[in-house]
Amino acid sequence: MSAARRHADTLGGAAPPHAVVESPAARRGPLAMRADRLHKDFSIGRGRSRAVLSAVRDVSFDLHRRAVVALVGESGSGKSTVAKLLAGQEHPSSGTISLDGRPIDVASRRGFRRYKSSVQMVFQDPFSSLNPVHTVRYHLERPVRLHREVSGRDAVEAVLVGLAEQVRLTPAQQFLAKYPHELSGGQRQRVAIARALAAEPSVLLADEPVSMLDVSIRLEVLGLLSELRERYELAVLYITHDIASARYFADEALVMYAGEIVERGPAEAVTQQPAHPYTQLLVSSAPDPDALGSVLRSGSRVATRASGSALASARGCRFSPRCPFADDRCRTEAPPLVAVAPDRAAACFRLDVAAPALLHVHGGGGVEDMNQ
Amino acid sequence: MSADVEPVLEISGLSVAYRSAAGDVKAVENVSLALRPGEVVGLAGESGSGKSTLAYGACRLLRPPAVITDGGVTYRGRRLAGRSVDILERSPAELRELRWREIAIVFQSAMNALNPVLRVRDQLLDVVEAHLTLGRQDARERVASLLDLVAIPRDRLRSYPHELSGGMRQRVMIAMALAVDPEVVIMDEPTTALDVVVQREILGQIVELKQRLGFAVLFITHDLSLLIELADRIAVMYAGQLVEVASAHAVHHGPAHPYTRGLLNSFPSLRGARRELAGIPGSPPDLRSLPPGCPFVPRCAFASDACTKLDMVLRPVPGASDQGHVSACPFVLPGAKAPGRPTEDVSEVAS
Repeated sequence: MSAARRHADTLGGAAPPHAVVESPAARRGPLAMRADRLHKDFSIGRGRSRAVLSAVRDVSFDLHRRAVVALVGESGSGKSTVAKLLAGQEHPSSGTISLDGRPIDVASRRGFRRYKSSVQMVFQDPFSSLNPVHTVRYHLERPVRLHREVSGRDAVEAVLVGLAEQVRLTPAQQFLAKYPHELSGGQRQRVAIARALAAEPSVLLADEPVSMLDVSIRLEVLGLLSELRERYELAVLYITHDIASARYFADEALVMYAGEIVERGPAEAVTQQPAHPYTQLLVSSAPDPDALGSVLRSGSRVATRASGSALASARGCRFSPRCPFADDRCRTEAPPLVAVAPDRAAACFRLDVAAPALLHVHGGGGVEDMNQ
Repeated sequence: MSADVEPVLEISGLSVAYRSAAGDVKAVENVSLALRPGEVVGLAGESGSGKSTLAYGACRLLRPPAVITDGGVTYRGRRLAGRSVDILERSPAELRELRWREIAIVFQSAMNALNPVLRVRDQLLDVVEAHLTLGRQDARERVASLLDLVAIPRDRLRSYPHELSGGMRQRVMIAMALAVDPEVVIMDEPTTALDVVVQREILGQIVELKQRLGFAVLFITHDLSLLIELADRIAVMYAGQLVEVASAHAVHHGPAHPYTRGLLNSFPSLRGARRELAGIPGSPPDLRSLPPGCPFVPRCAFASDACTKLDMVLRPVPGASDQGHVSACPFVLPGAKAPGRPTEDVSEVAS
């Protein structure tokens, strides 16, 4: 039994097997999807240089209706792999994904179809996710006919117009007749959102939905997603590299590093008082207009540093090669996620040095537990 | 930075159009901008605003169908000993002397800008040997010291671009730009494709090198919040025109133009109290069919009838703390409150 598990057991029987802490997203609505101890390994290289890369390691979280959970991380942290696992595009090496309490079954064709209608994705690049030779109507009509029990031209048309209006593509008739190249990036992304809604999903996986859009229209698209999750009671997984947007948009933030969740908690708390050294690095690296003139002067001569290894054979905390607080234990033993507050957790042995204020406020019970 | 120092690069009234069968698309319209020695000027704007076209136009790097239709670009470097060079009048041979030696560019996508089949050393050697007359050994030593400059271990000289991480590739690009000690470095979104942590390291390095070597930087990005931290002065572009130029401090604390304000309000801030975020309603402009007067009118909360007849020139902002603060909008002063939202309702990001 892992240390994290042991700690979870002390929280009481009601907690799900993986939960170290209570998710702040749970306050917003019932559970829609649960990822439980997901692992995904890829083998890389050939012959002697063959190795196993753990792209996702022991990742567990819950998605609740009407809540946004942000998965934050740099490129290569495994956040998109998590989305692919949840979308059924990749099969986990181990671990389970359940939807509305039932483990998913994507092996059968029918099971996959049913799953697809409940779990929809919005991709990063609205320029390549729409087919250039088809109109907006075509993009929306297919999922409507596939997943909804509507028949008859007028009925389908009414649904299409409704969808376009939901994403504020008005006048709807005009937009339905357009081709992707006639639309701006923001409008295309709204078509992609409407297409996802066409299947009447309960879970929406949004993989960097605004990072390719112009700055001035990003908020509008995020605002739209936020509004739609309320209206349709969607559970949203918002995958992003921009931790600042997670602060504004998400209820819970999960910070990923080299395939693992290193910190989780309410988005506001995680961004304002990050516990894990990696989250601290992320937050301090974001542009800060208020630090006028002081720019970047600190730490400018950082030599090229080793980045964390996602190889399965790597020992210890994956962030330890970059961590200013790392000690011998960090380099040999992997820290589990432990609670630092009722709704927050971090995977770090050195929280007493990295985030002393946090432990002081919350009593630091979790860490003591770990040190036994 | 005092205003009386002679600019090292001066763009005056530059206009660039993309020729097409359906008529000219004015990508850059009557833009004037000066870069003084050792200064970092930020050029902010969204995709399609003409910021890259402006920078490439200033070095005459544009290809047809882009044509410079009007204006001038003057360069005065230290090595020219008081002479000034009109870049738009030079012959191609003279331009070759000027480019890289005097004005270097760091392109956005390091993956595409580096030659995938040449080792890092050979690519750097090419630049050094083309522009300086050095012996083989000296040239090699210079190349090695360039890697030191950007904190890449010397054993990477033998690496091919694909063997380097994205951050390292971008550092190689910077080393390459600095290879022959230019006076002006134009950086076109040098860190956009990188992770924030790496971005931070590279920006720190740029600032440090700038202080050490004394070149001036024209830094192009869509990220206004980054520029506020990095730049001395900021020029904001919209639909091919400059709409506001001011010190970074003035842009942060007293932005005048409604577009600048909208942009500033579009960034979720990580620090401080949660603000109400607004974004900018509507879509970016279509350069083929711009409205008369101010191009920002369809998205502007302050717009009135007078705006459609506005002559787009930069005017000093009355009462601004920064002497050089100019804005294309004569109607809106720093701090003015918007009368209400135009057209569609923009929902806030949920709390």
